[in-house]
Amino acid sequence: MKQDPETRRGSFLSIKTAVVLSIFLIAAGASAFRNDNVPPEEVKISMIDRDSIESVKAFETVYKTLMSPRCMNCHPAGDVPLLGDDSHLHTMGPKRGVDGKGVYAMKCSNCHQETNTPGLHTPPGNPDWHLPPAAMKMVFEGKSAHELAEQLVDKKKNGNKDIKKLIEHADDGLVLAGWNPGEGRTLPPVTHAEFKKAWITWLKTGAYAPKK
Amino acid sequence: MAKVTLNINNKDYPMEADPQMPLLWAIRDLAGLKGTKYGCGVAQCGACVVHLDGEAVRSCVTKVSRAAGKKVVTIEGLSETNSHPVQKAWQEIDVPQCGYCHSGQIMSAAVLLREKPNPTDQDIDDAMAGNICRCGTYLRIRKAIHTAAEMQKKTAAKS
Repeated sequence: MKQDPETRRGSFLSIKTAVVLSIFLIAAGASAFRNDNVPPEEVKISMIDRDSIESVKAFETVYKTLMSPRCMNCHPAGDVPLLGDDSHLHTMGPKRGVDGKGVYAMKCSNCHQETNTPGLHTPPGNPDWHLPPAAMKMVFEGKSAHELAEQLVDKKKNGNKDIKKLIEHADDGLVLAGWNPGEGRTLPPVTHAEFKKAWITWLKTGAYAPKK
Repeated sequence: MAKVTLNINNKDYPMEADPQMPLLWAIRDLAGLKGTKYGCGVAQCGACVVHLDGEAVRSCVTKVSRAAGKKVVTIEGLSETNSHPVQKAWQEIDVPQCGYCHSGQIMSAAVLLREKPNPTDQDIDDAMAGNICRCGTYLRIRKAIHTAAEMQKKTAAKS
């Protein structure tokens, strides 16, 4: 990630970018008429249109979403997940474990079912409920916007995800679960569609980190 | 309602049950196995812990549909003759006071000892923190788990 705006490229590159983008849009438009599943959006380096101002602005929405309890509670600074709108430590103190799925008799899926359990403040559910694994903790709690932005695109800290994989991650099952939190829990501050739009905008405009 | 067969303690129990019903009700009311207890009903206390394919799930929030096709083990099926090291250690240390939570305590401890044959106090805390005991028998639970680990070790050395 670069901190300073990149010098604008020449007109040749702009034309090239426009051509590639046009081909992509035509392909995407054609695929919309098919009945089969549309493949994940293909991201080419040529689609990255660096714009530090727009990027940082988009990250404001990304940051306030990721720091909301529905996202941050499973990205704790320690090895115990957080609970509730006040992000207190999870009762019973379940531990992350090596794979992020808990330890011994205290594995996440022992209580967290495939779907939300009915009732107020009962365990929310997802088939793949877990924390980030010990080798890639992806801590949100306590991070500044600058620190979190840098961490999110650092392949050494994000599970070796490139821009394409990061964009796809917006539709990850556990990410989506943040917008289906079960009874008694507030939703993230924006809709998933608004978050995804900001997320993709941030990444496609260069994934610039806000100033420290 | 749907026809479902649950394998509990290596025995098939055909039953008519709502697939969304808690497994605990199927175990207690339909299979008639009363050793597993209802505590809180929201996965907060651990009294209802049973093994589902070897994992210590809370049967009060686990749906019948999740258990279908898997192996359920309750306190009645942990061993045929109450000879599981955890059961023997529980007797030797005389752990329970009122006893209500202890089928869940024992089922959780059995998973711990399977995955960590020589647990430290920290391991025991990590594994057992979700099993609540209103009588406060925690010190005896910890002692019994260490005793069970020793028993398990001696049994393994003999065989």
